[in-house]
Amino acid sequence: MDILRFTTAGSVDDGKSTLIGRLLYDSKSIFEDQLAAVEESSRRRGDAVVNLALLTDGLKAEREQGITIDVAYRYFATPRRKFIIADTPGHIQYTRNMVTGASTANLAIILVDARKGVIEQTKRHSFIADLLRIQHVVVAVNKMDLVDYDQAVYDGIVEEYKAFASRLDNLVEILTIPISALNGDNVVDKSDRMPWYQGPSLLYHLETVYVGGEHNHVDARLPVQWVIRPQSNEWHDFRGYTGRVAGGVFKPGDDVTILPSGFTTQVKEIHTDAGLLPEAFAPQSVTLTFANEIDISRGDMIVKANNPPLVSQDIEAMICWFSQTPMAERGKYVLRHTTRETQAAIQHVRYLVDIDTLHKVEGGRSFAMNDIGRVGIRTAVPLIHDAYRRNRITGSFILIHPGSNETVAAGMIL
Amino acid sequence: MPDYNLSHLDQLEAEAIYVLRETAAQFRKPALLFSGGKDSIVMAHLARKAFWPAKMPFPLVHIDTGHNFPETIAYRDEFVAALGAELLVGSVQESIDAGDVAEEKGVNASRNKLQTVTLLATIEAHRYDACLGGGRRDEEKARAKERFFSHRDEFGQWDPKNQRPELWNLFNGRRHEGEHFRVFPLSNFTEMDVWLYIQREEIPLPSLYFAHERDVFARNGSLLAVTDFVTVQPGETVERKLVRFRTIGDATCTGAVESAARTIEEIIEEVAASRQTERGTRADDRRSETAMEDRKREGYF
Repeated sequence: MDILRFTTAGSVDDGKSTLIGRLLYDSKSIFEDQLAAVEESSRRRGDAVVNLALLTDGLKAEREQGITIDVAYRYFATPRRKFIIADTPGHIQYTRNMVTGASTANLAIILVDARKGVIEQTKRHSFIADLLRIQHVVVAVNKMDLVDYDQAVYDGIVEEYKAFASRLDNLVEILTIPISALNGDNVVDKSDRMPWYQGPSLLYHLETVYVGGEHNHVDARLPVQWVIRPQSNEWHDFRGYTGRVAGGVFKPGDDVTILPSGFTTQVKEIHTDAGLLPEAFAPQSVTLTFANEIDISRGDMIVKANNPPLVSQDIEAMICWFSQTPMAERGKYVLRHTTRETQAAIQHVRYLVDIDTLHKVEGGRSFAMNDIGRVGIRTAVPLIHDAYRRNRITGSFILIHPGSNETVAAGMIL
Repeated sequence: MPDYNLSHLDQLEAEAIYVLRETAAQFRKPALLFSGGKDSIVMAHLARKAFWPAKMPFPLVHIDTGHNFPETIAYRDEFVAALGAELLVGSVQESIDAGDVAEEKGVNASRNKLQTVTLLATIEAHRYDACLGGGRRDEEKARAKERFFSHRDEFGQWDPKNQRPELWNLFNGRRHEGEHFRVFPLSNFTEMDVWLYIQREEIPLPSLYFAHERDVFARNGSLLAVTDFVTVQPGETVERKLVRFRTIGDATCTGAVESAARTIEEIIEEVAASRQTERGTRADDRRSETAMEDRKREGYF
């Protein structure tokens, strides 16, 4: 059994909560006491039907206002897979929340209302999925029951979506599925109300889509997190360098380079408490020892000698602004990248993206909340990195306001 | 190319170890909150792995309500000794004796909520800037909104409407003096994952989790154990039943379930078939629809 992490995106009233409720309910992940509590709350609020959104809207303010404020994480499992849903709100701060949910997702479900077709929100969600390099997208054309399960309606939406998606560069795989979340058509089981649809049900696709290629297994990268020195008699000379493998494969005997120092050595052993490992790969958390004693500390990166990453103080990146306080012009922020932090200055705003039209808008000097665009950044120390499109871990960073300590932006290195 | 896929338990373990190491690296003085329940046991087990062969670089902190099942304390002391870790106990009784907090009155009185005062006082006295907790997002709807690194202000309060976004595996633990973080390495574990992991790692558990005979009585929909800390009311009938506990907390608010599961394998089967959440036996969550959020805002676990 492995894990599929997915995010759901949709605009208000397109049935997102109903779909999640349906997946949880049909996979027996909603418990009787949870359902009873939701029924009781719905009754007290005077809702006509049981409001499944109350399962996911857990905060008092959300329940009072009937809106989703923040990303919530949901879990269910089938015999084939464990699923983690990043459930992101459809309206308030949707860009910020969807970017957050998308950053750890293998797959995005984008909901389209069959009566409305492809709307601006659909395009925004697709653009974000593309920007964050989510490998798999499912366009779920929902509420098919309200268009009499009509194939012509569905085909029209699919055609329109594909024309739009051809303007995006990264989406690896797009699957479109006609569903009715309310009635369960094509959600868990294939529906006999749409015999013209030949593809899989949504759940079948989620259970079987291939996610083995999510991690980079080519470029060996280990950002050093913590150095282990037991200083006990038994482990007197032990120096272990721990971290989560961000890419590639490490084996004992491999020639490695430590960056930024440039020292070289060989991997001696890969340790765990249960014994030695023959190899280490992403996303394992491991402890390496080396043939020579050299100076290595947190924030350094261990790489294969013949396959170095990029090292530079000047980077170009796409960023999404999260804070209610706009970016200060040529502002200075703390940049957190892998296991290191450094000062960073925004040198240039290249352009902002109008995510309704996908047009680049030049001439802007700052970013407001939910703005996405390209910047040039100068850092105080060199960043040891890869392009985000090559490695999501060594290619991503966040910006932190040095005064408030708030996370103000997320960035993807070009 | 070889198959470099990790099983779901391996992925969860790697993530939790990463979070534990990140906590050690980003904070000046972290502590691991240990209740003797299965989640904090799993977390401590993972902490041992994360820093092996060195000892974990933080103490275990137990906030003791004084209303424990004796099995929990016996287990705790043995577990901590085997781990070679340092244990620190914050006592709710001491907070009551010092007048910092008043004992709840009435038949449903519990020290569950009082723990927050002792917890925050312990954090302040030792100047901990990060407290590792065994909370999971699948446990409860307010916990579903938690971050791995969850900020607390200088009063220990959680502001769920204004949380730092958490992307990729980049955790922002920057803080001002007096503020602290709660860190949840098991965020993505479900109850089932915890049990499967306990089985795989052969982690010993307190006997309370396994079926045993015990005197219990029904109150507010829970089966409460007869202990020195609760008074059986007129009209409540004590019966001897075969029970076990799905969660372990304060004896006054942790309900038992009828069960014949005596092994981890039998518990896993029971959890798989269960139609009730594990916190369904917790009276502390049932006080209101947002009982957990309310307590968490004040600084609860």
